[in-house]
Amino acid sequence: MLSRTADSLFWLGRYSERAGNVARGLAATLRMALLTQALSGAEKEWRALMVAAGCEPGFRERHPGMLQEDAVHWLTLDPANPAGIAACIEAARRNARIVRTALTVDMWSAINDTWIEFRRLDGSAIRGDRLPGFLDWVTSRTLLFNGAAADTMLRNDAWRFTHLGTILERADNTARLLDARHAAFAKGAAADAACYAQWQAVLRSVAALRAFQHVYHARLDPQRVAELLILRPELPRSLLACYRRVEQTLQAIALANGGAQGECHRLAGALHARLRYGRIEAIMEGGLHGFLTGVIDENIRLGQEIAASYLNGRAA
Amino acid sequence: MPDLNVADRPASAFDEMNADGGIRPPYAEMARFLEATGQAALEQKRREAEVLFRRIGVTFAVYTEGGDPERLIPFDVIPRILSREEWERLAQGLEQRVRALNAFLADVYGPQEIIKAGRIPAELVLENEGYLPEMVDFTPPGGVYTVISGIDLVRTGPDQFYVLEDNCRTPSGVSYMLENREAMLRLFPGAFARHRIAPVSHYPEELLETLKSIAPPNCPGDPKVVVLTPGSYNSAYYEHSFLADEMGVELVEGADLFVRDKVVYMRTTAGAQRVDVIYRRIDDDFLDPEVFHPDSVLGVPGLMAAYRAGNVSLANAPGAGIADDKAVYPYVPEMVRFYLKEEPILANVPTFMCEREADRDYVLANLDKLVVKLARGSGGYGMLVGPHATEEQRADFAARIRARPGDYIAQPTLALSTVPTLCEDGVEPRHVDLRPFVLFGRTVRMVPGGLTRVALRKGSLVVNSSQGGGTKDTWVLDEAPDEGPVQSQDGRGMTQGDMTQSLGGMTQRMTGPGPAPANDTRAGEG
Repeated sequence: MLSRTADSLFWLGRYSERAGNVARGLAATLRMALLTQALSGAEKEWRALMVAAGCEPGFRERHPGMLQEDAVHWLTLDPANPAGIAACIEAARRNARIVRTALTVDMWSAINDTWIEFRRLDGSAIRGDRLPGFLDWVTSRTLLFNGAAADTMLRNDAWRFTHLGTILERADNTARLLDARHAAFAKGAAADAACYAQWQAVLRSVAALRAFQHVYHARLDPQRVAELLILRPELPRSLLACYRRVEQTLQAIALANGGAQGECHRLAGALHARLRYGRIEAIMEGGLHGFLTGVIDENIRLGQEIAASYLNGRAA
Repeated sequence: MPDLNVADRPASAFDEMNADGGIRPPYAEMARFLEATGQAALEQKRREAEVLFRRIGVTFAVYTEGGDPERLIPFDVIPRILSREEWERLAQGLEQRVRALNAFLADVYGPQEIIKAGRIPAELVLENEGYLPEMVDFTPPGGVYTVISGIDLVRTGPDQFYVLEDNCRTPSGVSYMLENREAMLRLFPGAFARHRIAPVSHYPEELLETLKSIAPPNCPGDPKVVVLTPGSYNSAYYEHSFLADEMGVELVEGADLFVRDKVVYMRTTAGAQRVDVIYRRIDDDFLDPEVFHPDSVLGVPGLMAAYRAGNVSLANAPGAGIADDKAVYPYVPEMVRFYLKEEPILANVPTFMCEREADRDYVLANLDKLVVKLARGSGGYGMLVGPHATEEQRADFAARIRARPGDYIAQPTLALSTVPTLCEDGVEPRHVDLRPFVLFGRTVRMVPGGLTRVALRKGSLVVNSSQGGGTKDTWVLDEAPDEGPVQSQDGRGMTQGDMTQSLGGMTQRMTGPGPAPANDTRAGEG
């Protein structure tokens, strides 16, 4: 496969996943902001979400305060926010258009229809009562895209690079969302209503609130919430589940491209092993924040190494 | 109800459906169909078509003018219909013309016999911008220069077809020909059932076969073909990706390719992979910064050296543009006689070369009757349609012609044929042209028809999409429509029995002979 095609597919997967993740995170934060106004302050909630998405400095440059209305606009329709839904959809569609030949008709329709529909939206789509519906729509479009890819793509490199982008982005998202609320998981954090709401919000933002009950049949507690999101293999958005698939996918790519492995394979294997044999007690003991920032940094390096091995176009 | 006998048709124009008060035979069934369908339903279909094209993404990109960067070329839902006989004659003429153009290219980059014989002025060829000295004394693989040509035809009467211009560089529009057909199949399955329409959907296979057939002789194994595009911001990007997709080959940009030891490779996830045939959709000037535009980032450094070493084929050959130059155009009939020893089947439009004094005097005296064009230019820009121009516009062009006569040619205003077209006020005649695509490898291949472009503005003769033109599906009828039993398009009728049988093993439980599963059957049925 052309390196440039692989690059576009990889980023198509990432941006499409990111659009859905921003929508999920936003929906959870919106709920927090509404319900826990008195408990922790809505402003802190919006800031945490933006820090997780890496777009807080850009927002501060443009807005002196932290009004909900501005925050929502920044994360949804504002094309100036490179981590916002608008930019993600635009970038996903741009990459899709570049590699149309590698996509199935269903994948193209999923992404192109989203883009067409999105361009028709005006400010009223995110105002008041329409916001939750809008966020559901964005989430459902990402699900549709993932479903179209999973159900219609040949299992060749086009699938592997798209999927690699999707799961790498998903791992990154889980780590960032959890890290944004790491204070509520710290040793000695009061097990009060405010923290409880934080744990709920984290679970909600990765669609895992129900899953928690199915796995643990117990009240939320910080260690179990963290364990579910980091180490449980059965949760598809846990770090372990994501890196297991990252490693498998990279192995399959190596096999299909002459067998040679590189630094990206070593990194992915190491990350996977650390999670597979990790214990939540040790992670909590060593500090959740430090562990998660470590994962986020490794994830960035992994992305760079994947690019070096496959996406940048070696002349060799 | 569409009014099919509109009175305000240009008096002199030949209408391809309504002639001499009657309906011409190829349109017999279509005329009935239009009557029965009615304007409201046609209008509805037009809107559906628009949604369809948007969804598929059949757009041309305009990133320079603001507004919507991806625009639709208006699509008219009423097809343009040719009989098999009409097409066969055109096809013969097209093959003849393309063979002559190709022989001309081989000659002017080789022995230059046509110049020595005094049949075309030497300076017209050798000092032409389209003439590439880099191609002299080099024979491309298979001796083919114009692998893909688009020949623009216009019609003025039942048997009067003229070549308006030849496109021998990187003619575009074939994706519209194919997508228009797909759209029509979806919108009007009933109309297809009533006609025997020659298919066009095999064009990409023919193109791939043609491209493979010009692979370098030393090519190892199955030739690796790629489509080279300037990128996703190019106005024809959809077409580039469409053709690559349909052929199942890689769509590459210049930066995806590199040359080592005069061999072209592409950068893949598995390392470098050799490329044998490049269907390039970028202009000569940008192909290779080492030979042409030094600052071009679209091309591939060293590509021409690899080409000249015989390690890669380019379609079309660089320098093929000399054959479609508007100043060379008047000599094409002469090429047919000179190289093929035949009389041209397709006529040229009489052309006045402003460079020649006698022609220039005539042109300046008759600007109100002529179409004046830049000898080098495309897209309908820099063009004067004399009868429709204002006094000032004509004066302006007269001054321009006097200042640089060599830049201009003029042709009489032809009464281009019209075809019924869905307009705001109903079905009205609009002027059309036709661009068939001719493939030339070991043999000449064509799919029947081509791209019909239509000037949507009332009375307008300019069909370019940048100037208010649209497109139509073009049908070549394998036989005259009959009124016999309805046939499905592929000739295989699907009977109720087949249907029942094919569902037999798939449904849960059957009660009675009907195809409906038991749990769908309402009381009292089956």
